[in-house]
Amino acid sequence: MGKWSRRAFIGAGVVAGSALVVGVAVRQGNPVDRLGPLLTDGENEQLLNAWVKVDTDNIVTAVIPHVEMGQGVYTALAQMLADEMDADWNKVQILEAPADKQYVSDSIGRDFLFPNLQVPALFEPTVAGGILELAQAMGLQFTGGSYSVRATGQRAMRTAGAAAREMLVAAAASEWQVPTSEISTADSMLIHARSGKSEPFATFARAAAEQSLPAKPKLKSPENYKIMGQPKARHDIPEKVDGSAVFGIDADVPGMKYAAVKAPPVIGATVESMDATTAKTMPGVLQILNMGDFVAVVAGGYWQAQQALGTIDTRYSKTEGDSLDQDAIFARYASHLDEAGEDGGDMQTEAGDVTKGFAEAATKVEAEYKVPFLAHATMEPMNCTAWVRDGKCDVWSGHQAPVNARQAAADAAGLPFEDVTYHNAYLGGGFGRRSDSDAIIMATRIAKATGYPVKMIWSREEDTAQDHYRPSATSRFRGGLDKDGKAISWDNIHTHLFDPADAPTIPHYNIASHRIRKVDVPMHLRFGPWRSVDHSQHGFFIESFVDEMAHAAGKDGYAFRRELLAESPRHLKVLDTAAKMSGWGSALPENHGRGIAFVPSFGSIVAQVAEVDMSGPKPRVTKVYVAADPGFAINPDGFTAQMESGIVYGLTAALYGDITIKDGAVQQSNFHDYPMLRIDEMPEVEVTLINGDHKRLGGGGEPGLPPIAPAVTNAIFAATGKRVRELPIAKHDFA
Amino acid sequence: MIKLNVNGQAREVDADPATPILWIVRENLKMPGTKFGCGIAQCGACTVHLDGKPIRSCSTPVSAAKGKTITTIEGIAAEDGTLHKVQQAWIEAQVPQCGYCQSGQIMSATALLKENPQPTDAQIDAAMTGNICRCGMYGRIRKAIKAAAGIEQPAKVGA
Repeated sequence: MGKWSRRAFIGAGVVAGSALVVGVAVRQGNPVDRLGPLLTDGENEQLLNAWVKVDTDNIVTAVIPHVEMGQGVYTALAQMLADEMDADWNKVQILEAPADKQYVSDSIGRDFLFPNLQVPALFEPTVAGGILELAQAMGLQFTGGSYSVRATGQRAMRTAGAAAREMLVAAAASEWQVPTSEISTADSMLIHARSGKSEPFATFARAAAEQSLPAKPKLKSPENYKIMGQPKARHDIPEKVDGSAVFGIDADVPGMKYAAVKAPPVIGATVESMDATTAKTMPGVLQILNMGDFVAVVAGGYWQAQQALGTIDTRYSKTEGDSLDQDAIFARYASHLDEAGEDGGDMQTEAGDVTKGFAEAATKVEAEYKVPFLAHATMEPMNCTAWVRDGKCDVWSGHQAPVNARQAAADAAGLPFEDVTYHNAYLGGGFGRRSDSDAIIMATRIAKATGYPVKMIWSREEDTAQDHYRPSATSRFRGGLDKDGKAISWDNIHTHLFDPADAPTIPHYNIASHRIRKVDVPMHLRFGPWRSVDHSQHGFFIESFVDEMAHAAGKDGYAFRRELLAESPRHLKVLDTAAKMSGWGSALPENHGRGIAFVPSFGSIVAQVAEVDMSGPKPRVTKVYVAADPGFAINPDGFTAQMESGIVYGLTAALYGDITIKDGAVQQSNFHDYPMLRIDEMPEVEVTLINGDHKRLGGGGEPGLPPIAPAVTNAIFAATGKRVRELPIAKHDFA
Repeated sequence: MIKLNVNGQAREVDADPATPILWIVRENLKMPGTKFGCGIAQCGACTVHLDGKPIRSCSTPVSAAKGKTITTIEGIAAEDGTLHKVQQAWIEAQVPQCGYCQSGQIMSATALLKENPQPTDAQIDAAMTGNICRCGMYGRIRKAIKAAAGIEQPAKVGA
């Protein structure tokens, strides 16, 4: 994979000097003016509409405005561009876009890079989720919200590929003096069948640059897809098996020193004083810095810095959060919910008369659920390398929003954005954690204080205790069933709402009257997006309560959901597929149970059936059957891998995830007290993909997660009759 | 100076003998394929071989490597660059996602197959349970190990 620097780019295989890279500025004067020199290697090269380059070896390079953190975005987006272009997949290369404001994710669409181009009727009427709005508002080149393929891919990559193809065809038609309609394209070749002429794209790359931009590039319909929909091997995998993949933590800057850091255990406290008498004398120690909100030791090696940091005796300021314990947090949620009572709180959605529906119900169901704080625990601890000198700043890290990281570094260094170069690397796990710039800011401040390049690495203990957490939450429900056991009312009030705003809602379930409210509860902890964000809480809340209603109605969970989805055939198909895969209704061994859950999120519809074995000392999830409809899976193997991955991330949280607070501080520190699912507990996962609507694509990174917790707890209920209303499952005794 | 044998080459480093092997290979020897994950031998990201046995390099002082050979992820392919059969299987099964833990996973898997060329499922689980994959690719890791062992062949994903 090439990065956006001349050196790395040449390293990616394009022949320097002799390479003819042809291009077009889609927007006049931009982005060729500013970005062109970064991407191209001389006068003979130009950008082809900013998203694709063609060189003399007929290599097509897709420029990807998103970061790779394992979700396979490089490959999937390149597939979309290459397919529309009729490029030879074996000759497609990938280049990550630089941290530049001109590569803001959504503006890639119609508003920014295509002001002169009428983007064809966009395939998505809307893009769900507030994260995209956030990206637009803040001008981020953002990777998150499971939206790269469904937004950037659909809006920009395909359009760019199609436009490039039409321009190449126009150039060939002009040279060959034949109508464009007689020219076909395949495998990066232009072909005129009647005359027997054929030439590689590269032949006409320069002439293509002079063609006018197609007003409405014609996009393929699914029957013509050749690369989209195919399980393509990921471009980033080979370098991830031989140790050569470069992550943020692997930045190597000549003369670089290493920093270990420790922040006050209670978020918001400051360093009042420190005694570094011993640390100063330790080998390799160069500087000991009291940065106010954290302490840093800079040394010749990271281990030396860590050892010295461990000897520093630090006193922290008192804060309002100091007295807070976990139980008090949930008590605070309860009191806010009590205070909201029957009609308080902020209304999110309301339909029908819930109060009346509940009063008239033949059967009433009430339940309260709780979920804990969760840390991200990316395998690569937070880190950043920075160098501030001579009015310039260079920063190396792996970040989900490189433009934002660059701006954060500029602010921390006290320099203009233009004087900061941000070098993004692979992310050793993102999951939302690497959308925050705290590590970037800290490293830049340290580098500014020292004057030489410094690599700051958080210990695992810091990474666990100084996260931006998935919020804990409490959710209360009242549901009503009529005499036939049909759900007629749904009344929900919960604490906290972050994103997406529709996470607590149930538009897919047909319940005549429903009302969803929230209350805000102030908290000193920092929150951040955590894979699937609010769906990680509400998936559990909603699908647990649906199961409780089913039980109260005397129906099984699958049959009950079928009734609720009766008018939504696309949803029903997903639910039916998962149930069928699992052999729903068939006998299971003693102490085994089966649970189902159904959560549409980030534009994809996912149903899961989990099987649990309750015969041992703790619950064991043996199988998970997944049916998922992402509209159209661009890379089916990649999408399947995302389902597997979301399940493990969600199952880890469901079984074990529990960040607790004592005296205002996070109690967990490392993998021994914040345990992860390991291979010996890995269930078999079987995935069936359904291409339900090729015009409306859904995301892949997150939608696999929300259903797993309720699928498992519903299975535990089926096996034991015990309802898990508070996560993690490890808190409960099933003996 | 501490004399070491790393990936078949004699190396010398000037370091405190208590320094964990992890930081010696990453910082002194500039071989960053071995990763820092937890620092307390809980996650396996730092796994390397010491005389062919998998160890957690974050918690093993470099003094323990005296007179022994260290093998890292950079040293398991053949000299001509041909990947180790485990690495090849990892690509075919499309194992890595973020990829950060994979050096450690692969080092554990190669040590397992060297010791036990035909591991059972339980033996695979036992050998690999010290390696956390936050992207959750355990199912693919199992498949890749079995493929490398010749126990089963996974369907190859299109190039």
